[in-house]
This record gives sequence, structure tokens and C-alpha cells, in this order.
Amino acid sequence: MEYHLEIPIKKDDVKKLRVGDIVYISGNVFTARDSAHQLLLEENGKIPFDPSKMALYHCGPLMKKVNGKWEVVSAGPTTSSRMELFEDSFIEKFNINMIIGKGDMGKNTQKALQKYICVYASYTGGAGALAANNIKEVKDVYYLEELGMAEAVWIFKMEKFGPLIIAMDSHGNSIFKKTTKFDV
Amino acid sequence: MDIKKIEKGIVELIRKAEIELPEDVVTSLKKAYEIEEGIGKIQIKNILENIDIARKTNRPMCQDTGVQTFFVKIGKDFKDPGFLKDSITRAVITATKQIPLRPNTIEPFTHVNYKDNVGDFIPAITWDFTDGDTVEIFAIPKGGGSENMSKLVMLKPGEGIKGVKDFIVKEMISAGGNPCPPTVVGIGIGGGADLAMKLGKQALLRPIGTSHPNKKIADIESFIKKEINKTGIGPMGLGGKTTVLDVHIEKAPRHPASLPVGLVVQCWADRRARMIISNDGSWRID
Repeated sequence: MEYHLEIPIKKDDVKKLRVGDIVYISGNVFTARDSAHQLLLEENGKIPFDPSKMALYHCGPLMKKVNGKWEVVSAGPTTSSRMELFEDSFIEKFNINMIIGKGDMGKNTQKALQKYICVYASYTGGAGALAANNIKEVKDVYYLEELGMAEAVWIFKMEKFGPLIIAMDSHGNSIFKKTTKFDV
Repeated sequence: MDIKKIEKGIVELIRKAEIELPEDVVTSLKKAYEIEEGIGKIQIKNILENIDIARKTNRPMCQDTGVQTFFVKIGKDFKDPGFLKDSITRAVITATKQIPLRPNTIEPFTHVNYKDNVGDFIPAITWDFTDGDTVEIFAIPKGGGSENMSKLVMLKPGEGIKGVKDFIVKEMISAGGNPCPPTVVGIGIGGGADLAMKLGKQALLRPIGTSHPNKKIADIESFIKKEINKTGIGPMGLGGKTTVLDVHIEKAPRHPASLPVGLVVQCWADRRARMIISNDGSWRID
């Protein structure tokens, strides 16, 4: 099936998505890699944006500043298996319902996807220039000083970002079960 | 010799490597597009579109512009090559701002980002000498996702070439979609631990579609390629026929007690560019 979805995605729509479905999304995403996951999980107070209203994008973009404004140069996904260490707690704490990345994720993420109704969607790794085409606006950046360009939390407004492939759904299915013996 | 002009040339070399894939890689990806179906075909379509957009809009094809890695061969009759290390380093700093490149050098203890893509031992340069009076510089910016799947094993010599094949295929299955397949697999056999890894990386300099000149080794390359492609891991690990574009082996003699095998994985963005500097300081990139 092919879906065109607006973010935030309703839980009922998340439940409809099945492994192998093709999805295009429009709306806000926030980027977070290893360090941002750690930092946000350790944060006890209020954080400066609402992750539950966005999709989580495993991405460390290449950005440039033009006339004082940030522009995206290249922004494909990073290897998601590195975030396996934190992802179940992250989904629980921030009420995430869509994760975008590349490569396999492990058992703990799979369980959390089922428990909290969330999906993991794969975008083509390395397709940074293509992804940049679907980013219509750089809305904000957080923790840039502490974490640097690749690790900072960037908020992007996406338009028809895809094709994303549902690689793990909220029903316990994974596209990688057949193709990979990798287990994090 | 106008060193400033050569430095500008090295910036162009990095730009070419980051923005434009060699023709052999594009051809091989186009072949993959022909044989893939369904989700695998969608992935290769995205990759080919991405290659096109990067070239047309003059931007790095992947946000991970890699660790700046160079293989340099100096002709024995080239005059005064002493400037090369400083020039390559300065060119990396300039390229980081101009192209731009993502700042990818992090101090491992403090996590401070140097922001200019240089630091102790980086750019990573491998030096060698050869005949002639020119300098050849290969730029192969190396991304982190594929590099993370690299591995060294010190096999027992009794495990032999079967041990080598089993190790590589097993590792590539375990890597799955992580290194952005379809990948290029570089294998270094022999030497010591460090040399096996180095040869694995050096093997990536060879164009896709070229085999080792030794027929027996070429057959092993082709066997490993077939075995990995049989796994069905496919483009981005989402399933398909093309998991590797090619397998390249380089070898050195081994110690009687050792059989080191270095596996270096390169993502589909098999970035490679070459620059030749002549004795009069003029240069060209191909």
C-alpha cells in the first residue's frame, strides 16, 4: 500500500501501516543521533520542542549558513542500529510514533514499537542530496553549540518526504527478519 | 612550482570525489536497477536520482562527507615533494568551508569537534613511491556507516582460504543493511594486522568490474561476490539481488603463524577521484 501522511500521524493511521508499505510524509521532523538521544533522555526539565508532534529522523545533516540563515546541503539518514541502545526508552519518554532511519534495528525497539504504537521507516541511506530536496524549511536548531552540526537537534519541515519503506511496524513485523541475521 | 595552485587542485579533487561518482560505479548501479524489483528497485532508483541531483546542484551526494582519506604515490623523479602533506591538509580545511564538508573530526576523549576535518594523523594519508616524475593522489572520503562494519580477524593458517571466504560472507550477513548496500567489499589478506586492514582499504581504489590479475584470486573474488548476493539482503537491507557491487582482494605474504584478513566495507557511494601532478606543477583530475 502507498500512503501520504501528515505529521503528527494519528495512532490509528500508525496501526494501519504494515511492513513493506510505501509512505510519503509532510510536516515536521526532528533529527537526533546518539548524543542527542542521550542528552534528551537525561534531561529532567522541559525540553525546547515537543517531540510527540514530530517524526524522529536519525540524521546528521550537512548544513551551511547563507546570510545568517541555515540551509540544508545534504541530509540522508544515519545508521539506526546505533540508536538501539536508547530507542525503547526514547519512544516511551517522548511518545514517538514514527522513526525514520536506515538499516536494521533490534529487539528492544521492535517491542517498544508494538507497546507504544510506533513504526520504523527506512529511507535510502546516502541519498542526502535527494532528501534535501524534500526539506522545505529549516525551522530551528537546538544544542548546536554542545553537540556540533551532525549531532545537534534540527527541526525540518518536510514536504512529501519519501518513498519511505515501513521496515518495522507496530504489529511485531520486521522486513529485516528475512534479510539479516544482525541482532543488536 | 606554484604550490597554491596545486592546493586549489586538491580542493577540486575532494570536490569531485564528494559530488561525482566514478563512471564504473554509476554503470554498476544502473545494472543493479535493471535486475532489481519492488522495494529493492525503489532504493536503486533513489540512489541514481540522488547521484544526478548531487551532480546538477553541485553538492555532496551524502551528508556524511567522510574522513578525508588519501593514497599518494610519488614518482621517484618528482622534484621536492616535501610540500604535499601540508598542502593536502590545508586543502581539506579549505574544502570543508568551500564545498562544504560536514565537520567530522571529533576528539575521542573530550568529544570536541575540531570543525575543520583535520587533527592528529588526519587527513589519513598513505604514502608510497613509484617510477616516473609525477605524483598521483587518490581521494577516497570514507563514510562512518560502512567503516563501522570493517573487521580484522587473525585466522589460523590451517583454516586457509575457506576460512577467509566464510569469515567475509558471515560478516557481510551480519552487517545486513547497515553499511548502505549495495556495497563494495575490500579484503586484505596477509601482512600483519595493520597491513591486512590497509590492503583492504587500498583494494577499494580498484574500479568496479576489475578483477585481481591473478586468476585464482579473481575466482575467489567472484565466488565471495556470488555468495553474498545469494543472501538476499539487497539494497539497503530491504531485500533484493544486489547486496555487493564488487569484491576486491589485495594480498601480501603472511607470517608462517598467521593468516590475517582485513575486511573494509564501502557503501554504494564508492567515492573515488584521482589527481596527477606533473613535475612542472600542472595538474589534472580524472
